[in-house]
Amino acid sequence: MQFFGGTSEVTLSPSVPSSIGTGPLGSNAYMLYLFNRNGVCLLYKEWHRPLKTLDSNQDQKLMFGLLFSLKSFTAKMDPTRVEKGNLGVPLLPGEGCSFHCFRTNTYKLSFMESPSGIKIILVTHPKSKDHRENLRYIYNLYVGNVVKNPLYVPGTAIKCELFNTSLDQYIQTSI
Amino acid sequence: MAAAINCLFIINKSGGLIFYKDCGSAGRMDTNDSLRLASLWHSMHAISQQLSPVNGCSGIQLLQADTFDLHCFQSLTGTKFFVVSEPGAQHMEPLLKVIYELYTDYVLKNPFYEMEMPIRCELFDINLSQAIQRDRVALLGR
Repeated sequence: MQFFGGTSEVTLSPSVPSSIGTGPLGSNAYMLYLFNRNGVCLLYKEWHRPLKTLDSNQDQKLMFGLLFSLKSFTAKMDPTRVEKGNLGVPLLPGEGCSFHCFRTNTYKLSFMESPSGIKIILVTHPKSKDHRENLRYIYNLYVGNVVKNPLYVPGTAIKCELFNTSLDQYIQTSI
Repeated sequence: MAAAINCLFIINKSGGLIFYKDCGSAGRMDTNDSLRLASLWHSMHAISQQLSPVNGCSGIQLLQADTFDLHCFQSLTGTKFFVVSEPGAQHMEPLLKVIYELYTDYVLKNPFYEMEMPIRCELFDINLSQAIQRDRVALLGR
């Protein structure tokens, strides 16, 4: 074990902030994406993103594609089920084994899909806690302030002020 | 018996599956499916680096699905090792490093092994089975 037994483990991850807070808002959140079931990005917000490799449209497409493939990957990999279907066949929301988060050395991505196919993606600091409750709360905010807004046209970008402010406030205080 | 890990994949630096071991999962996966899953994982690993909001991302290390956890370790040369385990299984990183050591010892040092080709080394198989067995025993002891 002398290969890895040493104390100086090489790590590229950013150091954990001493106080909780990396973004300008003083929260752990980096980005938030909200997609509908057709892959249209309804909302994109970023709080802390020093590195941008792609333009926003390409970035959103790549993110949606990653989630799509990861979902078919997990559905196929599922070790508890005998009948797993074919790889790459589009899955309905809630069908097959899904995933709720993945972690890399620089960020953690939490994912939630509602039965109607709304996907909420929250990217945070890698050391942050489990965000399933937070995502559910954000989904409730979406239902309360966007879906119930009579002026909102489904499938278009969200421009509801009440939703934006309450979401910002929630991210700032709770994540 | 509760299995600590369900399966192990080793992927070479260009995304080809070079080793696959199933240690007890429901429904056998056929060879084509395991090859596809391996290359799918390779590309998703690369995409996750592209999407990083911060510099210096080295890809997915842990994927938490509803029914399993996937721990991935990428060596400096780009070979990826990943194990599928029960949700919340602990001590998977040390196991991956043990597997990496076995790989360096019994595969890379085997003079008949061609780089990036499927692994067919008896000693590696034997020692890998022992390592996984040890891990299971340790799991029962915990």
